[in-house]
Formats: sequence, structure tokens, C-alpha cells
Amino acid sequence: MAAFWRDYRENWVATLALVVVVLIVVAALAAPLITPQDPYDLANLNLRDARRPPGFVGSGGYVHWLGTDAQGRDLFSAILYGLRISLQMGIAAGAVAFGIGTALGIMAANIGGAIEQGIMRLVDLQLSFPAILLALVLVAMLGQGRVPLIIALVTAQYAYFARTAYGAATAERQKDYIEAARATPLPGRSIVLRHLLPNCLPPLIVVGTVQIANAISLEATLSFLGLGLPPTEPSLGMLIANGFQYMMSGRTWISVYPGIALIVLIVAINVVGDQLRDQFNPRLRR
Amino acid sequence: MLGYIIQRLIQAGFVMLAMSLLVFLGVYAIGNPIDVLISPDATQDIREATIRHYGLDQPLWRQYIAFLERLLQGDLGRSFVLNIPVLQLVLSRLPATLELALASVLIGAFVGIPLGVYAGYRPDSAASKTIMAASVLGFSVPTFWVGLILILTFAVNLDWLPAGDRGTTIEVFGIGWSFLTWDGLRFLALPALNLSLFKLAMLIRLSRAGTREIMLSDTVKFARAAGLSDFTILRRHVLRLISIPLVTVFGLEFGSTLAFAVVTETIFSWPGVGKLIIDSITSLDRPVMVGYLVLVAFFFVTINLMVDLTYAVLDPRLRRGRRV
Repeated sequence: MAAFWRDYRENWVATLALVVVVLIVVAALAAPLITPQDPYDLANLNLRDARRPPGFVGSGGYVHWLGTDAQGRDLFSAILYGLRISLQMGIAAGAVAFGIGTALGIMAANIGGAIEQGIMRLVDLQLSFPAILLALVLVAMLGQGRVPLIIALVTAQYAYFARTAYGAATAERQKDYIEAARATPLPGRSIVLRHLLPNCLPPLIVVGTVQIANAISLEATLSFLGLGLPPTEPSLGMLIANGFQYMMSGRTWISVYPGIALIVLIVAINVVGDQLRDQFNPRLRR
Repeated sequence: MLGYIIQRLIQAGFVMLAMSLLVFLGVYAIGNPIDVLISPDATQDIREATIRHYGLDQPLWRQYIAFLERLLQGDLGRSFVLNIPVLQLVLSRLPATLELALASVLIGAFVGIPLGVYAGYRPDSAASKTIMAASVLGFSVPTFWVGLILILTFAVNLDWLPAGDRGTTIEVFGIGWSFLTWDGLRFLALPALNLSLFKLAMLIRLSRAGTREIMLSDTVKFARAAGLSDFTILRRHVLRLISIPLVTVFGLEFGSTLAFAVVTETIFSWPGVGKLIIDSITSLDRPVMVGYLVLVAFFFVTINLMVDLTYAVLDPRLRRGRRV
């Protein structure tokens, strides 16, 4: 573990990205403590403060460092609360997709036969179908809200985990240690859980990191299109969408700042994922 | 070769059948089919007549057969909102989307492949590193956000290009096309660029990886020994060898471009099928949703089929292997 961190720190871009991710997560968790306003509490909003540029001192008596949106929300507060929702959705969808996908992939590799064929055909078919379209259809069919949104994101993403887990598991299964474990009277279930699964984890962790970023991006896209969460709980995508109509009239900050927060988060997670992939790849190890 | 084509055609048929089953189950079995087929403000008489007409009192497998029959006749129902046949509605919007998708794929190919080949040819130069960094951004930044920035920069701040709608179109074969007029091209520029960014990033990566590999191969060594200039080698040998994976990705990407056009069309108010599906989702116009899905699935299967066939033409190994 210590050696792992030493290698990781050698890449300063990846280290910076990790610091950024941690900072964003901490800021999102601590949002109620560090924001001047609860952006969801309508009693706090004053329409006289609406659409004010960054640096404006509003009726609350504090400075709106990033300006305010059309409802008079402090944009800094709204962004931190939006990040909370985006992160929640991304991590929840990523975790569920990780679980389902890994289970399916390892099952396919272990059982073989018709079940293997069935699962992997379905996965391949889904991978050739654009995730956004699938998510769009599901949200349209299931309606809006947290659960339909997570179902849509998971359905669009589990196939990546299934494919990775299947590939890793089929490769690991041929190795001697699994063969040796089979020779012992251990039940098949504990071989899979105690020996096979842990050795399949590294590539899955990499896919997981990237898929969290993708889930956040997909959620933002759906919210931007008006198909995500209800407007009472604006995620970053919806904040950007709300500001879109004011952009033409030069009030660009309403869209641009949430957008920057989104981009920084996604790019930072991707950079961390890239570094993890390089470190887990034995061919690149010195 | 012929056997291969037939085999692929049968496969495509099966995938299409599976897709229609999924759409059928998704919309007719999970959702209430009465909501799908009958507008909520229809009278009781119309309601009963439609239930009988579509056989909703029949068992599910019978309904599926009937659904397939209507599908094969091109009957996808009528839009609740606009009250015109769905097929006609989708087809009338399709040229705009195809034009946009084609323009973006062309931008991707004519900009992305040369940049990628260059980055693979001189991997250590500063220009190549910039190209690669830009392609990483193109991968991870969501399309809608890039679209916003394009509008902000080129339409709002610089006021060079328009954003929103299609501009002047010229009718050819009864269909309006934007790319035939200067004004239309100006309207096409930003959405096409926006939609092409993901493909651009992907083609840059693929052609770079391919070029790097091929530059080390014996083919290139011999061509160098024969005294060919680097430019000729790149054009004649490298480009030809990397073309096989590129055609695959190109074809697959064309399909997903049709899907991603949903986002771009919404931002730029481009009147294509993508905007149609978003509008129909927000207005709960279910027949249009079903019709769009079936058609997009059909396009997908057709494009995949064409890619596979092109593959067979380009790759002699596949051709020979199948003939035996």
C-alpha cells in the first residue's frame, strides 16, 4: 500500500487530481456548514437578489462570490448542494452497476454454457447501443425521480462492469492458484468469493472510477435535457440548464460556474482513473 | 463471401426481432398500452373502439404478433399532439439529423485522422502532446457543456456564427437541406462541430495508436529502404493499414451520433429527430417515442451490417476465410 502511494505521488498531475476530487467531496459533504445559504429553503430566497453578477452583496448581507441565479439563489451554495446530488447519483449508480455487473460477469465466466452465452450476448448488444439513448428511454418510461434515474444510469452502465469482470475472471480461472483451491475441499462459492473475486478487482476499480465520472456526466446531461431530478433538487446539470436561457443576454455566470465545477470534477476523476489503470497494468510496471 | 453476407443478414434479422420484442415489452407490457395508444382526453367510445382495433383484449403473444404486423406495414401509430402518422413525422425530421450527423462525422474524419496520424508519426513533439491533451478533454467533457461554450464564444461574444434553428434550406427531392446555401452552412457549423468533438477525440486516439504500431513494422522499413518519402509512406501504407479499424469505429460512431444528436439538437434548437424525441418525452407523446426507438434500432442494425460487409471487402483475410 505504501509503495502504491509512492508510485502514485510520482505523477504530480494525478496527485493534483486526487487532491481536487477529495476537496470537492469534502466541500460537498460539508455544504451545509460552509455555504452562506440553504438554496433549497425557499424562505431564504429573495427575488430582488435574482440574476446578480458575482461579487454582489445581497439582501442577506453577505457577498455572492459567484453571483445569483434566476430565483435569487446564491450560486456558490447552489453549486455545492448540486455537487452533493451529482456525487450521490454518480456513486450510487456506479456502486449498484459495479455489484450487478461484476456478479453477472463472474457468473458467466464460472457457469459457462448457455448462461454464459446469454449474458454475454446481452452485454455485447447493450455495449453497441449508446448509453444515453437507453437512459433516455428508461427515464421516459419510468418517470422522474431519484430511483428511476439510478435505474436508468445502472442499466446504461452495468454492461461495462460485466464485460471487464468476465474478461478478468476467465483469465484468472486458468491460473494455478484457482486450480489448487479447487483441489481442496473448499466449496465453489468460497473459491469464487475469497480467491477469484479479489484478484479480479483491480481492473474493476479502474472501470468503476471512470464509470462514476460517466454517471455524473450522464446524469448532468439528462438533467440538462429536463429529464433528471425534479427542479426542487437542482443537480449541476439542472443549474446549467436554468442559466442557459440567460446566457444570450450576457448573464453567463449562471451557467458557466456550475459548468466549471462539473468539468473539474469529471476531468479530475478521469485523471485519477487513468493513473490507477497505469499502476494496475503489470506491463507498465518497472 | 455470399455465405458470409447471408449469415450476417440472418443475424441482423434476429437482432431486429429482439429489439422489437424489447420495445414491445418496455412500452406495451410494463407501461399501460392504453396510455400509449389513446390520448388521455379521448371519449369513452373512441377508447373502446381503439382497444378493439389494436386488440388490447387479446393475450400478450397475440398482441406482439399484431404489433409486428403493424410494424412491417410501417404503421407506428399517430402522434397525440400533432395527430399525424408517426412514421411521416419522424421521416420529415430525419433529413435534418442525417445532415447534422454526416457533417459531424466528416469533420471527425477529415480533422481527426490527419491529427492522429501526425501524433503517431511524431509522438514526442509538443504539437502531438497538445493534440493528445485536447483529445482527453474531448472524451471526458460532456457534449452539452461544450455546446454551451461554443454558443457563448462564437454566437454571443464574437457574434460570428448563428446558434439555433437551421437557416435557409434548399429543397432537393422535396427535402430541405441546409448545406447547399451559405446561410445554411453557417447555421450548420456550430452544431456539427459540437457533435463531432467526441468522434474527433476517438479518431485521434485510434489513428495515433495505429500509426505508431505500423511505423515500426517491416512494411514501413522496406518502404523507407526503397527510398519513398515519409509523406508517401504515410499516405500509401499507413493510412491504408489503419483504415480497417477506423471504418468499424466510423460506422458504429455514425449510429451513436444519431443518438447523441439528441443533446446537440436540443441545445441548438436543430429541428431533427433528436429534438422530436425530447419534445415527445416532455409532452408524453408515447407513439412518437416508440416509433423513434424502433427506427433508431433499425438504423443501428443496418449500420452495423454495412460496417461488417465493408470489413469483409477491406480485409482479405476475412474474405478468404469465409469462402472456404
